Amino acid sequence: MKRILFAAVGLLSLAGAVNAATLDEVKARGAVNCGVSQGLPGFSSPNDKNEWSGLDVDFCRAIAAAIFNDPTKVKFSPLSAKDRFTALTSGAIDVLSRNTTWTMSRDTTLGFNFAGVIYYDGQGFLVRKAVGLKSAKELQGASICVQTGTSNELNVSDFFRANNMKNGEVIAFGTIDETVKAYESGRCDVFTADRSQLAAVRLKLTNAADHVILPETISKEPLGPLVRHGDDQWSDLVKWVYFALLNAEELGITQKNVEEQVNSQNPDVKRLLGTDGKYGEGIGLTADWVVRIVKATGNYGEIYDRNVGPATPLGIDRGLNNLWTKGGIQYGMPVR
Amino acid sequence: MSDTTAPLSRPGVSPAQAFVSAALREPEPAPVSTRGPVLWVRQHLVGSVPQVLLTLFGIWLVYVTVPPLIKFFLIDAVWTGTSREACLPEKVGRPVGACWPFIWAKMDQLLYGFYPASERWRVNVVYALGAILLLPLLIQKLPGKRLNAIAFFGVFPVVAFVLLTGGNLDMQRFLVGSIGSIGFGDLFTSGGSVQGLRASFWIDFVVSTVIVTAIAFLVSRFVAGPEAGPAAAKATLSMLGLLGLIIFAMDIDLGLPQVETRLWGGLLVTLVIAVTGITVSLPFGILLALGRRSKLPLVKALSIIFIEFWRGVPLITVLFFATYMLPLFLPGRFTIDGLLRALVGVALFASAYMAEVVRGGLQAIPKGQYEGAMALGLRPGLMMRLVVLPQALKMVIPGIVNNFIGLFKDTTLVLIVSIFDLLGSMRAAFTDPSWASPTTLFTGFGFAGIIYFVFCFGMSRYSMALEKRLDRAQRH
Repeated sequence: MKRILFAAVGLLSLAGAVNAATLDEVKARGAVNCGVSQGLPGFSSPNDKNEWSGLDVDFCRAIAAAIFNDPTKVKFSPLSAKDRFTALTSGAIDVLSRNTTWTMSRDTTLGFNFAGVIYYDGQGFLVRKAVGLKSAKELQGASICVQTGTSNELNVSDFFRANNMKNGEVIAFGTIDETVKAYESGRCDVFTADRSQLAAVRLKLTNAADHVILPETISKEPLGPLVRHGDDQWSDLVKWVYFALLNAEELGITQKNVEEQVNSQNPDVKRLLGTDGKYGEGIGLTADWVVRIVKATGNYGEIYDRNVGPATPLGIDRGLNNLWTKGGIQYGMPVR
Repeated sequence: MSDTTAPLSRPGVSPAQAFVSAALREPEPAPVSTRGPVLWVRQHLVGSVPQVLLTLFGIWLVYVTVPPLIKFFLIDAVWTGTSREACLPEKVGRPVGACWPFIWAKMDQLLYGFYPASERWRVNVVYALGAILLLPLLIQKLPGKRLNAIAFFGVFPVVAFVLLTGGNLDMQRFLVGSIGSIGFGDLFTSGGSVQGLRASFWIDFVVSTVIVTAIAFLVSRFVAGPEAGPAAAKATLSMLGLLGLIIFAMDIDLGLPQVETRLWGGLLVTLVIAVTGITVSLPFGILLALGRRSKLPLVKALSIIFIEFWRGVPLITVLFFATYMLPLFLPGRFTIDGLLRALVGVALFASAYMAEVVRGGLQAIPKGQYEGAMALGLRPGLMMRLVVLPQALKMVIPGIVNNFIGLFKDTTLVLIVSIFDLLGSMRAAFTDPSWASPTTLFTGFGFAGIIYFVFCFGMSRYSMALEKRLDRAQRH
C-alpha cells in the first residue's frame, strides 16, 4: 500500500519533480551527473587510461570534489550537440559542461542559467606559414574554407564587410573533416573555425608546424557550464565552484601548496579556504570546500595548462582566458 | 621409354625388322589451349571483347586499390610508439601510413569502454563462456544439442547479466518500477543502496503468482472448458516459477562490485546488443509472422499493428524519445537504464523485420504441405513445428542472416543514448589530442572496418554452410 501511495505521489508531483533540490538529489545519489561532449580535444575526451579528461571534464570533477571530497564521483554522459539541452531539461544530467556558448536565448527562453565562462573562445583563421601573413586584415582576396551551416560562415562575411575587404571566395563544406581536407589539399588559402577547434585541427595536418593561427579573433564564443532554471541553490554552487577556481589561481593557491596555504594569514586566502568565515555553507557545503576542489583538480590555471595550455599538444595560449591581473578577462568574484 | 622401343625377339621375326610396342602409348596431353589454367583464362578472362574489357578493368581496379592499401596499412605503417609523435611524418622522417600504436593504446577502450580495469576479467569470462557454449552449438556433429541450447539460451544470459552488472538487484526499486507500469524499470540502475534480497519483494512475488495463477485458472475454465483450467494454471505457475528463479539468481549477492551499464562500451556493447537482438528477434519474429497469418482477428490485427509500427518508425527516433522524453513523463527520479532501453528498442525493431522475412518463407510453402500435415492428423501446433516451419525457415536463411548482419551494424545507433559501441569508442578516441595525427582517423576506421568485417563475414559463411547442409532435400 505504501508503495502504491509512493508511486501515486510520484505521478502527482511530476511537474515539480524536475525542480526539486538538485544538491540533495546529488548527495543522495552519491554522484554528480554531468553532461560532456562525445569527444572534443582538450575539453572532453577519453585518455589512454580510459578516463574522461579535459577542461569541461575537470570542471565537473571540481564540483564533485566540492560536494563529496572525491573528484571521481561524477557520472559523465557524453552528449551530442542536438541532445544536450533536452538532457539537461529532462533532469538526466545536473550540469551541462559541454563547450556551450553563452547566448541570450539559451540563458532565457530555453530555461538555463550559465554559471560562468570557463573558456573564452572565438573564431580565428588558420593559414600556411609560407604565405607570410601576419594579420587577418591582410586576408584581402583570399579563398576561405568553412563548415557550412555554422555561425562561422556568417561571421566571416561580416568580418570582411566590416573591414571593407573583399574576400576572394568562401567555400563551404558539409563536415569539419571535409573542410580540413580541402584546406590541406590547397583548395583554399585560409581555414576558419573557433580557435580551440583550429588548434585541434592543426594537430591532424601533415607538418603542423607549417600552419599558423592568426592573432585576430572575429567572434565571441564564451563557453561555459549551465544548469536548469528553478534551482537557485544548485546554480549558485556551480557558479561559485567556477569563481573558486579563478580565485585560487589569483591567490596563488595550487594543488601542491594548498595544505600550507590553509595556514596563510592573508585574509583573502583565509576567507577562500574557510579558515575565516563559513562561506561554503552558503551554497550548502562545508567551509573548506575550496580546499577540496583545489586538492582534487588544482586551480583554473592548472586545469587550463593541463588540458589545452602551451605544454599540451593543443598548445593554446591563455590569451583572453588569462586572469584579469595578467591581461586576460577571467575575473573571480570575491569571497566575503 | 625403354620398354616401348626395346626390340622383342619373336619367332620368325628378326629383331632388326620391326619394333612392336608392348604397351599402349601414353595419350598425348590435350593441346595447351584447351585445358588447365590456359583454358580457364581463355574461358573466363579473355573469351570475348567485353570479357577482355572487364578483365582489364578488374586488373586496373585491383592495381589502384590493393597496393596503396597494403602500403598504407603495412609497409608505411608505424607499429610502435607512445604518443602522436611516433606517427608524425616530420618526426619519423618518412611518409607515415597507419598509426597502429594509436590502436594499441586505445585497445582497452575499444574492447571494454569505461569498464573498470579491475573488473574486466568478468567481461573476459563472459566472452569465453559465450564462445565455449556457442561453438559446439554451431557444429552439427557434436552431441547434446538440447542441453547445449538450454545452457546457451537459458543459463548463459543470466550468468552474463550477473557477471557484467554485478548481480545483486535492488529489488525495492524493481518493484516500484513494476507498479509504475514499466516492468523491468530499474533492473539495471540500482545506483543507490544495494541491499540484495528483500523479504517484502518475495512476499509480493508469491502473492502475485497466486493471484495470476488463479486468474489464469478461472479464465481458461470459463472460456475453454473445465479441463483447460488446471493445465493453464500449471503453465502459468511454472512460468512464474521460472521467472522467480531467474530473479533469484540475478539477486544473489556474490560480492561483485556493481558496474553500471553507463561504463560499458566498445566491442562489449556491440556484442551485447547484437547478440540480444539476434536471439530475441528470431523467436519473436516467428511468433509475429505466425500471428500475422493467423485466422484469429485479434491476434492478426495486433501482429500487423506491431510489425507495421516498428517498421515504420526510425530507430533513432524511438531511442531519442525513450531517453530524453520518457523521464519527463515518469514520476520523480524514475529512470530506465540507457542500455536496457536500447536493447528493448533494438529487439523490437529486429523482431518486426524478422517477422516479415519469416512470413515470406511461410507464404512460399505450398498448400499441399498444410493439407498433407492435416491429413496425417497433426494438430495445428505440431503441423507448424514439424512440417511448415522447418521448410519455411530453411528457405529464408539468407534473409534471416541478412537481418542479423544488418542488426550487428545498426548497433552503432546507440551512440544516440550516450552509449559508446565499438565505433562510438573509436570516434571518442579520435578526439584525444595526444594521439591526433594526420593518419589516426584512417587507421581507426580501417581497424573498426576489419572487426565488423570479421564478424559479419563469419555469420555469412556460416549461413552458407548451413544452407548447403539443409539443402539435401532439394538435390536430385
